[in-house]
Amino acid sequence: MIGTRGAPVDVLVVGAGPAGLSSAVAAADRGKQVLVLDLGLRAGGQIWRHRDEAALPRVARQWLQRVRAAGVTIASSARVLDALSPDELVVDFGGRIDRQRTRALILATGAKERLLPFPGWTLPGVVGIGGLQALIKSGLTLNGSRVVIAGTGPLLFPVAAAAVAAGADLVRVAEQVPLRTAAAFAMGLLAKPSAIRQAIGYRWAFRNTAYRTDSWVTAAEGDGRVRRVLLRDRGRSTAIDCDWLAASCGLCPNTELAELLGCAIDGDAIRVDTSQATTVAGVWAAGECTGVKGDIAALAEGEIAGRAAAGDAPGSRRSSLQRRRESGREFARRLAIDFAPRTELLHLAGADTIICRCEDVRRGDIDPRWTQRQAKLWTRIGMGECQGAVCGPACAALFGWQANVPRPPLGAPLCGDWAGALVDEDVSGER
Amino acid sequence: MSRTPDVIVIGAGMVGTMTALGLAEAGARVTLIEGEFPGGGSTGAAMGHIVVMDDSPEQLALCAHSRDRWHQLAASLPASGEHDRCGTLWIAADDAEFAAGRQRIASYAAHGVDAELVDQRGLYQLEPHLRPGLAGGLLVPGDAVCYPPAIARALTERAASQNVTIKLRTHVDSLTPHGVRLSEGGTMAAGGVVVAAGVASPRLVPGLPIVPRKGHLVISDRRPGLVRHQLVELGYLHSAHTFGAASVAFNLQPRRTGQVLIGSSRELVGFDQEINHALLGAMLARATGFLPALHQVRVLRSWFGFRPATADKLPLIGPWPALGNVWIAAGHEGLGITLATGTADIIVAGILGTTPPVNPEPFRPDRPMPAMARAA
Repeated sequence: MIGTRGAPVDVLVVGAGPAGLSSAVAAADRGKQVLVLDLGLRAGGQIWRHRDEAALPRVARQWLQRVRAAGVTIASSARVLDALSPDELVVDFGGRIDRQRTRALILATGAKERLLPFPGWTLPGVVGIGGLQALIKSGLTLNGSRVVIAGTGPLLFPVAAAAVAAGADLVRVAEQVPLRTAAAFAMGLLAKPSAIRQAIGYRWAFRNTAYRTDSWVTAAEGDGRVRRVLLRDRGRSTAIDCDWLAASCGLCPNTELAELLGCAIDGDAIRVDTSQATTVAGVWAAGECTGVKGDIAALAEGEIAGRAAAGDAPGSRRSSLQRRRESGREFARRLAIDFAPRTELLHLAGADTIICRCEDVRRGDIDPRWTQRQAKLWTRIGMGECQGAVCGPACAALFGWQANVPRPPLGAPLCGDWAGALVDEDVSGER
Repeated sequence: MSRTPDVIVIGAGMVGTMTALGLAEAGARVTLIEGEFPGGGSTGAAMGHIVVMDDSPEQLALCAHSRDRWHQLAASLPASGEHDRCGTLWIAADDAEFAAGRQRIASYAAHGVDAELVDQRGLYQLEPHLRPGLAGGLLVPGDAVCYPPAIARALTERAASQNVTIKLRTHVDSLTPHGVRLSEGGTMAAGGVVVAAGVASPRLVPGLPIVPRKGHLVISDRRPGLVRHQLVELGYLHSAHTFGAASVAFNLQPRRTGQVLIGSSRELVGFDQEINHALLGAMLARATGFLPALHQVRVLRSWFGFRPATADKLPLIGPWPALGNVWIAAGHEGLGITLATGTADIIVAGILGTTPPVNPEPFRPDRPMPAMARAA
């Protein structure tokens, strides 16, 4: 069934984070044969990335158990390289490339970090906040290393706590929005006691570190590695010595595969209806790729998508699932508005600050009046190894460009592998 | 034409920018109109080879002159233009192709184009990663590759410094008896209009025999030194000949960035906007067939573009008699980058009434044209 150019599976899910897992279980519970493709070594996505399942939160352990009990097949270290059509993908199954057919496709491709360029952001030792979290979950220990975390939104808290737990000397946590915004957001959480409890727990874990609002990185300095970070802190400039700087400005949806399939995008997220259907027939999407809103809402969206992909009639708009979906989307809207990057962050890059690391394109090489395509053809921005995965969200914020329209293949496969999967068996050396 | 003609050039691809610059340097007052930005059309999708083809004597003559003019231009191009005189190595798969290569030496020599036959041993010394068992090759050292959109940009900037009026994101709705009508409203008068709008030219000049011929390309990760010359199979001209059918041919370029550019495919499917995965697969299979080491090279991206093709495989360069004072500089198919310099020279000579450097007669846009075979 997996990647044999043979019979299709009933439901193919891309991504094994909360939305992917709940959609897989919902479809499998309805008797469907489900295959989940996941980039990671173990299911769980970024939020439930782990080495030891026992160390995960209870909800994560429950979902991992449910997905096993439901008879779902999970292909780990599997990457989608290309979409021949909505019902046939080219997949790298951990080194073996093949086509995978399906009757229904669910995209649960998650989110990526928005890295806004500032002088020094390409120095070794400067990572994204989610990047630091992933490094710690993969076993990075920070024994006494001085760490500064600068960014925005609720993600700062668990990463700060994780850094302390990994042995960091966490010297500063900087939140770019003003105190009143952060406080208003926290007040909005009062209806969700579990979220408040969780936040308090995280804050207790990094209680010895200053958490400063109205504070952001203006530059990183160091010779060969970051040694010092310059901050704008409540109207004053300050410098802090550090060994690691985790700096990013929120998350944005991962939409490359959806765009390759021709799904409509609203703003930066995949457009879906109340049953999580995209604008392409046979393709559903759930979780952060339809707007960043957190694991609880992603689980609800996944379940809705899984039911719909399995052929269930749309449920009532008043169902508890739909209510969870709607409150999740409302939360996503608030997150996006409250924690949008402040204007100052869009003007940190100097003329010689690199914007596109792959192609060494600097801020001064780009005229903001150009279209994205024009800048790309004239300066090679976004044309390198990552194909705009890193600079795309930054350019969207800095210049108002739409995300980079992806062109196959995704993920830079070996030429021979991709070619082998594209050639029809009945076509040979056509001239 | 008056002594100081004023000319509108439509289209800022490689042909249009080169023509506008040539006219300005010859003393004409020029306005260059472009719907998007310089190098954004077929120029931006092109492989960017500056290569002498000898599909026909007329093509060979124009290619040879055009390449000479590129050689003169090369030193003044910015680094972003990635001009690299890497030469073309035509690959002979078997003895028959090797014999065909031998014959081409004489026709090249007649036009002052250096070329040398390379035997089997020499072939593998030049390009050690080619598959074993090939017969030999034909090396044309003067050929080059470049990055066309950056050159179109540079030429536009140079034209602006020569007092050419540049109008970007300006769309021509139609030609008028005395100039052009703009989609945004209003007209612009000129003594002459040069249509250098590539595949879009027939929209402005009904009856112009140009069709879009779609082609796919793939670019690799950086692998400096994997190939040193532009590589083309000697069967290329043969495969490019079959006008109606979809076809692929082996064509690789080493890029200044260290990347390898992999081509090529041809199909007549109008302005179809979908990737043809099966054709792409066949194209890559052909490339890895000639250069097995490509199997292990990562590929970053594929794209496609539309070549402005004519049925007799020659461009349309010269006046269009049905409309007074309208000149055509279009229909170069896969040779638009190479032939941009020579095309500009012919148009400049025609408009200024000087002697063209190449006999323009074979390229007259109103010449009899064989019927255009259309794919189903």
